[in-house]
Amino acid sequence: MTIDDLLDRFAAPSRREFLKTSGRLVVGVAAAAHAGPLVTAAGGRAALAQGAGPYPDPDFRQLDSWIVIHQDNTATFYVGKTDLGQGTGTAFRQIMSDELDMAFDRTTCIMGITDVTVDQGGSGGSDALQVDGWPMRRVAAEARRVLLDMAAERFGVPSDQLAVNDGVVWVTADPSRRFTYGDLIGGRRFDVTLTGRTINETTGVAPIKPVQALKYAGTSPPRDDIPAKVDGSARWAVDVKLPGMVHARHVRPPIAGATVVGVDESSVRDVPGLVRIVRERNYVAVVCEREEQAIAAATRLKVDWRAPATAPFPASDDLFTYMRRTTPTRSVDPQATGDVEAGLAGAAARIEAEYEVPFQGHTAIGPAHATADPSNGQLTIYSNDMKSYGLRDGVARFLDIPRDRVRVVWMHGPQAYGRTAADDAGFEAAYLAQRLGRPVRVQWSRAEETAWDTKGPAYLVRMRGGLDARGNLMALDYEARAADYGHLGYNEHDTVLVAQLTGRRRATPAPGGAAAPSDMYAVPNRRAAMHVVPLPLVWETPLRTGNLRDPNGPQVTFAGESFIDELAAAAKTDPVEFRLRLLAAGTGDDAGVRRARSIAVVKAAAEEYGWRARPSPGPRASGDTLTGRGFAYAFRNQTIVAQIAEVEVNRRTGRVWVRRLVCAHDCGLVINPEALRRTLEGAMMHSLSRALYEEVTFDTEKVTSVDWRTSPTLTHLDTPAAIDVVLVNGDPNPNRPDLPHYGAGEAACKPLIAAVANAIFDATGVRIRRVPFRPARVAAALQAARV
Amino acid sequence: MADVTLNLNGRRRTVDVDPATPLLYVLRNDLDVHGPRFGCGLGQCGACTVLINGTATRSCMTPVSAVRGEITTLEGLAKDGRLHPVQQAWIDEQVPACGYCQNGQMLTAAALLQRNPRPTDEQIRAAMAPVLCRCFTYYRIQAAVRRAANAAATA
Repeated sequence: MTIDDLLDRFAAPSRREFLKTSGRLVVGVAAAAHAGPLVTAAGGRAALAQGAGPYPDPDFRQLDSWIVIHQDNTATFYVGKTDLGQGTGTAFRQIMSDELDMAFDRTTCIMGITDVTVDQGGSGGSDALQVDGWPMRRVAAEARRVLLDMAAERFGVPSDQLAVNDGVVWVTADPSRRFTYGDLIGGRRFDVTLTGRTINETTGVAPIKPVQALKYAGTSPPRDDIPAKVDGSARWAVDVKLPGMVHARHVRPPIAGATVVGVDESSVRDVPGLVRIVRERNYVAVVCEREEQAIAAATRLKVDWRAPATAPFPASDDLFTYMRRTTPTRSVDPQATGDVEAGLAGAAARIEAEYEVPFQGHTAIGPAHATADPSNGQLTIYSNDMKSYGLRDGVARFLDIPRDRVRVVWMHGPQAYGRTAADDAGFEAAYLAQRLGRPVRVQWSRAEETAWDTKGPAYLVRMRGGLDARGNLMALDYEARAADYGHLGYNEHDTVLVAQLTGRRRATPAPGGAAAPSDMYAVPNRRAAMHVVPLPLVWETPLRTGNLRDPNGPQVTFAGESFIDELAAAAKTDPVEFRLRLLAAGTGDDAGVRRARSIAVVKAAAEEYGWRARPSPGPRASGDTLTGRGFAYAFRNQTIVAQIAEVEVNRRTGRVWVRRLVCAHDCGLVINPEALRRTLEGAMMHSLSRALYEEVTFDTEKVTSVDWRTSPTLTHLDTPAAIDVVLVNGDPNPNRPDLPHYGAGEAACKPLIAAVANAIFDATGVRIRRVPFRPARVAAALQAARV
Repeated sequence: MADVTLNLNGRRRTVDVDPATPLLYVLRNDLDVHGPRFGCGLGQCGACTVLINGTATRSCMTPVSAVRGEITTLEGLAKDGRLHPVQQAWIDEQVPACGYCQNGQMLTAAALLQRNPRPTDEQIRAAMAPVLCRCFTYYRIQAAVRRAANAAATA
């Protein structure tokens, strides 16, 4: 199906016209809700076809920008977010239906289309409900207030003598007198101005409801994106097909930092369908009429590359040696309490350890892609960019065209988790479309994606700790080095790959960052020091760091929570008991009562698992299969998570199977428990894949992990037999009417690697301090320890 | 270029393409069948899976001219307006996250249940293992396969 077919099916006056024109009747698009974002976004031909611009931002201070009530008493919500498969779109409908008093199944939600929905920045940081849910609730409450005022006027009674449910308003004293919301305003504008300096502060005058009055929040309506993903009717960014569209593929530097000397165009002269070879400095693309032709041309094009004078990076086998001896480009001010050196000096027992986490990629199941339409001197980019607004802004700057001549239509795409926040393919499609003057579809190859996508930074962490004679932790020192220099931002016009390769990049790389574990342990003498180390090649390198799902969290928590386990073992104390003591040792708490909630979550995980207190390692079995359990805990913002992994380790092969996972999780008010459970399962399994398999490998010229054989991932064979998620509400006043909804997905990524490492230790008595725990590494460690 | 005729989801479709073209691109770009998706082009991930005479096949590695028999894609799995038991189980179990790989997961599961209506857990793991999911929905996929098998057994 082409976009034109979609337009014919769902033709309706344009959303932009609606936003501009007062008092006009519009036709609802609610019926299209389940067919995917392109269709639901349609609002009609004018909104989709590349008509006359400009494409201004919807005004977030206008109620009409957020909510449209249709004549058939359905509602469409327009929000500036993207749902990457966690069910946030369904959750937005739940909270907005609640505040609006509209039946949930009479609502739809349209997301992430820059000229149709307000700019809430798209997705990132698990902030959908934590941050963006609040203005959504407030504007929906305001719409309810306005509708009740309208009804009061129509009935001639004060609004406090009206009742409302599921979009129907009636006079309390005479229920036969009733109007639907559709009767009151169907298809017309609210024309109500909201206030707020920023979009996050957007509000009307109506208060939001107390938690106890929410009807849909806390229930689990099925996710509205799933049926179309299951029956094949969903439309994806990869599916976009436009009249006159051509296909582009890239030729990337075979050695990182290589420069193009020349391109032999004759090498592809006989490739049918060749449209253009595009080369600007070190950016090389082939464009063909058909996709398979572009693949052939990219394979056959002869490019003469000059290798860089010095090696771009050390080989991955030498990475940690390199990181250990390289002078940092940046050191973050240490966080310190007490005097850690004095505490260590006075300790009865001191231990120290080093932990290593390699570069790990996003390695999305679908390589990067986007399609751009340059007709009429404007640009529409069809993309799975999780931050579609940033792509619009970035492309406008990169190509030097007015911002209101660019729009981005967000559509379904493969696994984002930060990858599409630096949306290389979106920029490349726009760049090529502008150069060719016709629609271009860009599709990266598997090798290109696996080698050149953005990476989570490698970490080297040194930890030291001191126990007193009774096993109390008196001093804890954390010192991290992160290979994160030049960390990519969000859709920056001067750091995305095409900007680097074409030489239009900024002069100064981003300083990068390094993080410390997040916990509420009270240790009298404690320090966390963090450094950023650079690789030799900073630009035009496949070892580009960017945000990978809970950036830094899995790496630093692996170090922090492994070491806490080592300390517990040294103190011959049960690891849960050891942690609870550290949590209870502090008396202060913060506004979100993180300490009290941490204690509740740690206890809930142990209870769910059926944890029996004993020190690690446990008694060792005699056969080939050794079993053990490992605990870890962390928080992210105000979301608390504790996890337990129960493992089987094959003594002979070194294979680790996590047969049971337990997760206790407190993100405050839960909107959709079933969607949350699946999000947590996926987040844990992602970190399990990172724990067991994932590593970007490279020699001194190039990345060598380029497909699913060289870049292994978790498979069905690794799936735990049981995953138990317990949702905790550890707020001291769990029924408070203003219980906030915090972020969910990423917190659950944090503790898992450490939980697995701790379980391996519990099973075998051997501590693995280097990720990933592939069979060969584990087997070698067991053999060395004569297990 | 040459005319190639395919039996696709119960219809005969003829396309004029280079016979060496992988089936995936013909389905997606010439026939507007978008269930199979590009994941690796190497036959390693399974996102491009279609059924050919009921056998799960990697369309990214199959030249269009080599296809013999009936091709079923995700779009052709439902019959007479009713979802395939696997599709229904996927909805009931709320399996997909991003959903990009789920075409291959569902078709591989459908092929498994066709040849083995009551697979054991180990057989499910083994049969599904070649299909990768980077949202890591494996736990729910396996539950959905069991659910579909049970539904078919009690139907």
